[in-house]
This record gives sequence, C-alpha cells and structure tokens, in this order.
Amino acid sequence: MQEFLQNLLNGIAAGSIYALIALGYTMVYGILKLINFAHGDVFMLGSFMGFYGAGVYARMTGQTGAPQPSWVMAAIILIASMAICAFFGFLNERIAYRPLRNAPRIASLITAIGVSFLLEYGGQFVFGPDPKFFPQLVEKHLLNIGGISTTNYQLIVLVVALFFMALLQYIVYGTKFGRAMRAVSYNFETASLMGIPTDRIIVTTFAIGSALAAVAGILNGLVYPKIDPLMGVMPGLKAFVAAVLGGIGNVPGAMLGGLIIGVIEAFVGGSRFSQFRDAIAFVILIVILLFRPSGLFGKYQAEKV
Amino acid sequence: MKRMPWYLRDLLYLATVVVVLLGVQYLLERSADYYPAMRYYHRILVLMGINIILAVSLNIINGHAGQFSLGHAGFMAVGAYFSAWLTLFYFGPYVDKLPESSQFIAQNVLLLIAVLIAGLVAAIAGYLVGLPSLRLRGDYLAIVTLGFGEIIRVIILNVEKIGAARGLSGIPAWSNFFWVFFFVVIVVIVSVRLVSSSVGRAFLAVREDQIAAEAMGVDTTRYKVKAFIIGSFFAGAAGGLFAHYTPAYLNPQMFTFIKSFEVIAMVVLGGLGSISGSILAAIILTFLPEGLRAAKDVLHMTKDPRMVIYSIMLITLMLTRPQGLLGRRELWDVLARRKDSIPKEKRDEGNADDKLDRDAGPPVT
Repeated sequence: MQEFLQNLLNGIAAGSIYALIALGYTMVYGILKLINFAHGDVFMLGSFMGFYGAGVYARMTGQTGAPQPSWVMAAIILIASMAICAFFGFLNERIAYRPLRNAPRIASLITAIGVSFLLEYGGQFVFGPDPKFFPQLVEKHLLNIGGISTTNYQLIVLVVALFFMALLQYIVYGTKFGRAMRAVSYNFETASLMGIPTDRIIVTTFAIGSALAAVAGILNGLVYPKIDPLMGVMPGLKAFVAAVLGGIGNVPGAMLGGLIIGVIEAFVGGSRFSQFRDAIAFVILIVILLFRPSGLFGKYQAEKV
Repeated sequence: MKRMPWYLRDLLYLATVVVVLLGVQYLLERSADYYPAMRYYHRILVLMGINIILAVSLNIINGHAGQFSLGHAGFMAVGAYFSAWLTLFYFGPYVDKLPESSQFIAQNVLLLIAVLIAGLVAAIAGYLVGLPSLRLRGDYLAIVTLGFGEIIRVIILNVEKIGAARGLSGIPAWSNFFWVFFFVVIVVIVSVRLVSSSVGRAFLAVREDQIAAEAMGVDTTRYKVKAFIIGSFFAGAAGGLFAHYTPAYLNPQMFTFIKSFEVIAMVVLGGLGSISGSILAAIILTFLPEGLRAAKDVLHMTKDPRMVIYSIMLITLMLTRPQGLLGRRELWDVLARRKDSIPKEKRDEGNADDKLDRDAGPPVT
C-alpha cells in the first residue's frame, strides 16, 4: 500500500510536468493543426534559462558561489524564464510558421522539426553538450507523510503545476481572449470574418504554450537537477503522446493525459518491467487509439464528402 | 533494329547497371591508393546511397499513398538488427570455414540473402504497423508509427543477445558501394514503375481523396497496408546494408525517431511524392552536414557550428520552397518541360499540392 501511494505521488508529480508541456502541444494543434515538434526543446530552453538565471541573480545580489535558495529568487527566475520562452515562442511563430500558414501543412511540420534541431544543436553549441546541475532554488526538505517519503519539491511541483493549469483553464474558458482562441480553433476563416485578429491570437497562443513549457522546465529542474541540451526530446515526445491520449486540441484532455502517462510510468518504473519504462507511454497510446481513435476526449467527427 | 524480347532487354539493363556499379566501385577503391581522402568521400557516398533508399521508400508511404509515417527508423532498425544477427551468428562463421577461394563469392551471396531477409522481416513489421492505419488518419497515424518505432528501439535495447545498450559489434563488414547502389537502383525502379501501375494509381487516389477513392471501388485499406509493406521492405534492406557497412557496428541510439525525422525531412524537402525530389534531397541533406565541416575553420570558431547551420538551412529551404524542391513533379518532367515536350494537359499535375488542407479539420476515422 505504501509503495502504491509512493509510486502514485511520484507519478502525479512527473505527470503534472508532462501535462504542462502537453498543454502547449494541444493548444497549438487545436488552432493550427500543427504538431509543434520544437515544443519539447522549448521546455529544455526554459530549464537552461532557469539555470543561467540563477547564476545572474546570484551575481547581481553580490553572492559568490552557488546561489542561496530563496523564494524571491525562485519567483523571479520562474517569471524571467517564462518571459524569455514566451518571446521565443513569439519569434518561432513569426519566423518559422507564419510564412507557411497557406502552404501545405506538412511544410510547417518540417520547419518545426528544423527548429527542434536548431534548439538541440544550438543548445549543444551555446550551452555545451555536457550535463549541468540545476541549482536549488528554494530550500529542500525531506517530508514523511504517513510512511511516504517525499520532498517539499514534489509538493511545489504539484501546487505550481496545478496553479498554472487552473490559470490556463480560466484563460481559455473564462476570458475574451480564450473565447477568441476557441473560435479560431473551431474555424479559422469564420473567426477572422467575425473580426477576430487571428494572427495575434495564434502568436499569443504560441507565447502562452512556451511560457508553460518554461514552467515545466523549471519544475523539472528542481526535481531532476541534471539538465542537458537533449533533455527535452523524450519528455517532449511523451507530452505529445499525452496530448494525443487526451484528444489533441482538448485542454483538460491534455492535463489528464499527462497525469495518466506520469502515473503509469511511475508504476512501470517501480515494477520488474522497469527497463521498458520508455516504451510504455507508446503502448498505452496505441491501445487507446485502437479503441478510441481520436483520444479520450477528442471529438468524433464523421467523415463528410 | 528488331525488338528484343522484354526479358532479354531487362537482363541487358541489369547487366549494364551491374557493370557500371562494379566499375565505379573499382575506381573508388583504386583511387583511394593515390588519394587517401577518397576513402572519406567513398564513405559519404555509401551513406548517401543508404539515405536515398530510405527516402525513396518512405516517399512511397508518405508521398504516394499519403500515409504519414514517422516510424521509418524503426523499420530500418528491424532490418539492421535482424540481418546482423543472421550474419554474425550463422553466415559469418559459415563463411570462415569455407576455403579462401570461395569466401568472396559466398559472402556476397549471403549478404544479398541477409539483406533480402532483413527487408522481409521489416515488411512483416510494416504490415503490423500498417494495420492500425486502417483506423487512424493523419497526425494520429503519425504519432502511432512514431510510437511503434520507439517501442522497437526499446525492445532492442533490452535484448541481451544483440548487444542491448552496448550496441552490436563484430558484424562482418560485407556491405559496399556496389550493393548499396544496387539497391538504390532497385528501389528507384520499383518506385517509378509502381507509380504508373494500377497499384500506384490506387495509392495516389487514396492520397488525394480517400472517400472518393473508396467510392470508385479502391480497397483503401488494402492499398494503405501495401504501401507500408513495400516502404518498410526497403527500409529494412537499407538497415541491412547499413549494418554490414564499416565500422559494422549497431547501437539502438542510431535508430531514434530523430533518424525518422531526418528521412521525413528529405522526403518533404524533395517534394512529397516526387521520386527524384527524394533522391535530390537525400543527397543534399547527407552532404550538407559533411560539407559544413569546413565552417568551423572558416568562421574561426572553437566549437563546431555545422549542425546549427544545418538546421537553419533546413528551415530556410523549407520556408523558401514550402512545396519541396521539386513539388510533385519529377526532375525529368522539369527538364522536359523546358524543352516544351510535355503535352499541355499533363502540365498542371504538379499543382495539386498547393491546395490548402488546413480546413480539413481534425483527423477523423
């Protein structure tokens, strides 16, 4: 039982990080029908921005050596990293995707792959290929709740991730911008005829998605401090699987998909099949898609001539 | 001249190809004695050939049948590992026991057999992966094929017999320029002949409009699976050739989805559905990272920027030619058009891909 709860907790913490990344995939797909393969690498970028941000913060406050953990620093770094990634998302859309808006969809898919390569190789070029160690942004405590050992980091991950998911839920379903976003996703051309500035909505969606990936990058850095330029590849792919699992284009679906993948991976990782951990996400995906070809919450659309 | 019977004519073509390839192979090997740098170009040429096989075969699935597959590296891995297992444990020891004089012939025959079996095994894998394509469309199919590729890789990673994470070394290095380009010729001929056959026309019909194709009596399911089988056969063969090429070492890390991405980039960059485009793009994208090795010295950099430049060039190429280098046309059409020898009604075929399919809505079953 304890082991079960332990795995569950680890899984939910990992899953909420997947969920944050999956949101970016699902929002962009919902609007543009584009698989933004570069998204996992934006997650990596967010992590590295946190890493360098901590260094810059330490220097600016006159500290020597490793930065002292503090909540103020954590907040500043989180916001800075989100801002940088959001700006990157903005640039990415403007440069690599917007010119191809009217081209065959597969062309933007290849530029997405190109941007992904650029971030990976560029990351190796600029940051160096060796792993780096993410600083402790806040003090680390070991916690023991009813026999389950955990750290306050896992709780922070949960709380922060839930906060941002709730915020996004509010943005998408409770604001005027969110309504415009849903309209664009529903029908691109009609939305623009109704006076919705579709270009602005799209670029903002990219920025929001990238900012969420940055949050995921920082949270991931807290829990798994080893970061390297290729760290975004696997989580990005699994987050995409999570988005498809939940029904791509569907915001609550992505959150649930992320949690499902995280929890199942944690259980597989704790079992004797642990070496197949990386494959399990895909096995689940294939099984679910065979029975529900548009994901758990995906809309079923009848084919029309 | 009196017309030859078709089998004689084809045999003559085959003989010509074999003689030419053997000649080039001989020249490449001899020139290495005078210019050691030739070994390096020789190697790039062979890798280029393997990439051409991969790109042209993926073009059958993605370009002709319109089924978006991201699992090509997985099929390649199946072929590579299966043939390596065959030669390493069975064929290799057998050849070693033979008298010196017959070894050369034996190893080439056995290589051909191993590569063909690699293709068959990969084709079976392709059949299994093709099955879900009965139910899935577009991006959902893409992610499932990608998933299959990754599952194959993780399985290989856990089979101790074929080296697991350490990789598999000691495979007999029997593959060479001749065999790789022999298969290049075969895949190109199969591909070209396929498009103008009834099967190929059915592929195109499925790609253009599945419902219309179905209404016209095309068994869409059967043709989709067929495309997967043919495409993965050659991917497996490419894997088999790659496994036996120096340094004859395999590692599961070589077959991640990044490899699939590289191949799909070749196909799309060349122009989806264009055979010569796939070849051209495979040549460019194989040569580019090698050609950019000089960039480090030119730019006086301590780190190697070639892959960064490579990705920027990939993006730029795609931005400037969204429909691919050749669109849906073939190089020979483009060349012929300049001479105005193409009948007018055939000319507009290349523009089908300009249609915007964003409003097609989410993939449906």
